[in-house]
Amino acid sequence: MNLLILNGTVCDPANKFYKKADVLVENGKIVKIGQLKEARSKKQEARIIDATGKIVVPGLIDIHTHLREPGHSDEETIASGTKSAAAGGFTTIFAMPNTHPPVDSVTGVKFVLMTAMHEGIVNVLPVGAITKGQKGEELAEIGKMRNAGIVAISDDGKPVMNANIMRRALEYSKMFDLYVISHCEDTNLTKDGEMNEGYISTVLGLKGIPRQAEEIMVARDIALAELTGGYLHIAHVSTAGSVELVRVAKKHGIKVSVEVTPHHFSLTDEAIKKNSYNTNFKINPPLRTEDDIKALIYGLADGTIDCIASDHAPHLDEEKQQEFKVAPSGIIGLETTLPLVITNLVHKKVLTLSQAIKKLTSNPAKIFNLNKGTLSVGSDADITIIDLIKTKVIEKFYSKSKNSPFVGMKLTGFADTTIVAGKVVMTGGKIVSD
Amino acid sequence: MKLNHKDLLGLEYLLKNEIELILKTAKPFKELFTRTVKKVPTLRGKTVVLLFYEPSTRTRTSFELAAKRLSADTVNIAVSTSAVVKGESLIDTARTIEAMKADFVVVRHSMSGSASMIAKTISASVVNAGDGMHEHPTQGLLDMFTILEKKGKIKGLNIAIVGDILHSRVARSNIWGLNKLGANVFVVGPATLIPKDIEKLNVKVHYDISKIIRKLDVINILRIQKERQEQHLFPSLEEYSELFGINSEKLKNAKNDILIMHPGPMNRGIEISSEVADSKNSVITEQVTNGIAVRMAVLYLLAGGDGGECESFNS
Repeated sequence: MNLLILNGTVCDPANKFYKKADVLVENGKIVKIGQLKEARSKKQEARIIDATGKIVVPGLIDIHTHLREPGHSDEETIASGTKSAAAGGFTTIFAMPNTHPPVDSVTGVKFVLMTAMHEGIVNVLPVGAITKGQKGEELAEIGKMRNAGIVAISDDGKPVMNANIMRRALEYSKMFDLYVISHCEDTNLTKDGEMNEGYISTVLGLKGIPRQAEEIMVARDIALAELTGGYLHIAHVSTAGSVELVRVAKKHGIKVSVEVTPHHFSLTDEAIKKNSYNTNFKINPPLRTEDDIKALIYGLADGTIDCIASDHAPHLDEEKQQEFKVAPSGIIGLETTLPLVITNLVHKKVLTLSQAIKKLTSNPAKIFNLNKGTLSVGSDADITIIDLIKTKVIEKFYSKSKNSPFVGMKLTGFADTTIVAGKVVMTGGKIVSD
Repeated sequence: MKLNHKDLLGLEYLLKNEIELILKTAKPFKELFTRTVKKVPTLRGKTVVLLFYEPSTRTRTSFELAAKRLSADTVNIAVSTSAVVKGESLIDTARTIEAMKADFVVVRHSMSGSASMIAKTISASVVNAGDGMHEHPTQGLLDMFTILEKKGKIKGLNIAIVGDILHSRVARSNIWGLNKLGANVFVVGPATLIPKDIEKLNVKVHYDISKIIRKLDVINILRIQKERQEQHLFPSLEEYSELFGINSEKLKNAKNDILIMHPGPMNRGIEISSEVADSKNSVITEQVTNGIAVRMAVLYLLAGGDGGECESFNS
């Protein structure tokens, strides 16, 4: 079916396009953008979407999602995770490989792709493991996984502690133009760690995680990227020091890109105290401090930070409702990422809308070499329509899990409609069932 | 005056006058111990559950005696936290106790925040008997009661807490409480066992007690655990003892009436020498007696008891 999106403001950062325009979609592709008087006159042939007062942007891309399938379908499945993505305005998501078993072989990659094809409602792009079993010991079959369809490699959830293995991963994956997504954490420094190390951890009596545990690995991986000429992407950066390391590396022409999560620029470690040990504030890397948030925001504004990613990490209630020390780290984020970006970055004038959308669309597409992230004529009709002024209290999720620190928080700016390859999968905040 | 709290989770959450109320209320309870019948009917018909996830003969017995001397019924639940036997979750255990209609749950747990987690789940009063590295409020209170009894005041006293501050809930409760009552608090220990940003809690950090020994009125010595050595926090117990163990040599420039305290159980010859532990300056056994009185006051006040008019101790 054809679609005609009328009267919206089109924001397509890759084409530096930002004005009122109509969008015509035919056969899953974008056909025309502009004042489509002609199309309007034949509009009975197309489904009309009235986007008056709303913003039409390229479908959002989340480069950091944990879908939990295979292995933990009680927490999330590819079906439920893609619904959560669609509800949050995402049309493409990267499936991180730390499932059970991990996606470290062609079989795993095919499983994710097949399941996504049959049960998913947005594009799912698998990330393969760097090492077999994500054990950090031997390289996984990166080339074979590339041929099967992975878009990057990562042992996310864990670092590759052995610098030599990381060196070889960066060297080897370079052949395929594949990025290595690095989870930067020195596990000797973070052992038994529960939260950011500082005044709050001292008062709460929780084991601290120093910023340097992340920064040491960011520095190491930048050095290895320089050594190998490999492609390094740093996941969920959380400290001022990490941002500065990346800024300097970029100045020196090292191929490094970096993402930040909305929770790291929205919350500080004080939230754990204010919410008396609520484990929905237990995240890895941990929530840091105001100074770090300032640096993250500055890094977003000056372009050091390329992408914003959810690090959507579903966990069951019964797992989270344990003592802080034993509860797993991580929160869901697909359905709160866009509202947090709009509320905390766009409405607070940290980023313009175009700059923010860029970090959720064309920047990740460019880094990971995806043929997505723009509304150029001829590209896939992955489109998100955003209501910038809709205000809502976060309460319910399409995700199977509900481990979010943002429950009860009032946010402004939500996805109104999500379109994948010309098909409306979400509208008015509700998933469209077949 | 009444204590307007459901739970006692930490001294951080109490106001100065609330701490003073508890300490004042403990006084008549202590006087009770000199009588032949050491019991009052105050909490008759109330049930106190002692939920201990960590073995602790001392604290458990103290709470049990406190409850019994108030005529409450007590039930002991000792739960093993070994990783091998994965038992019921803390929340489910709390709900079970709630269903049994307990009035008080006294909880000891190896993980910080667990007392607060139970308190949020159930309507019974929760008394934190030590949660991980967070707080041990009744220990802080009994330490303050002891100091007050011996020195007649807390305001203006120079008090050092010596040892493993990082892992110590006793240190944290003492720091909160003593500061609220106007003491000057020092922490002394190896740099590896001093937690980050502790200065923001209004304490002064020292690595060598001889630098401050002359001005100290009280030394509170913490128990050092052997496992800290395995975590690379200090090289050996022998070295720890040489640098931080309190012995007569280290006390030679101390005031004559310096109080020596220790929450117990002591490692004699390591953090404290026997000579010091058994000296006339030591109030370690009196701390134990005072612990019962303070815990009686806490249970009594949490049950809604009136502590009478509260005078300030700032004399």
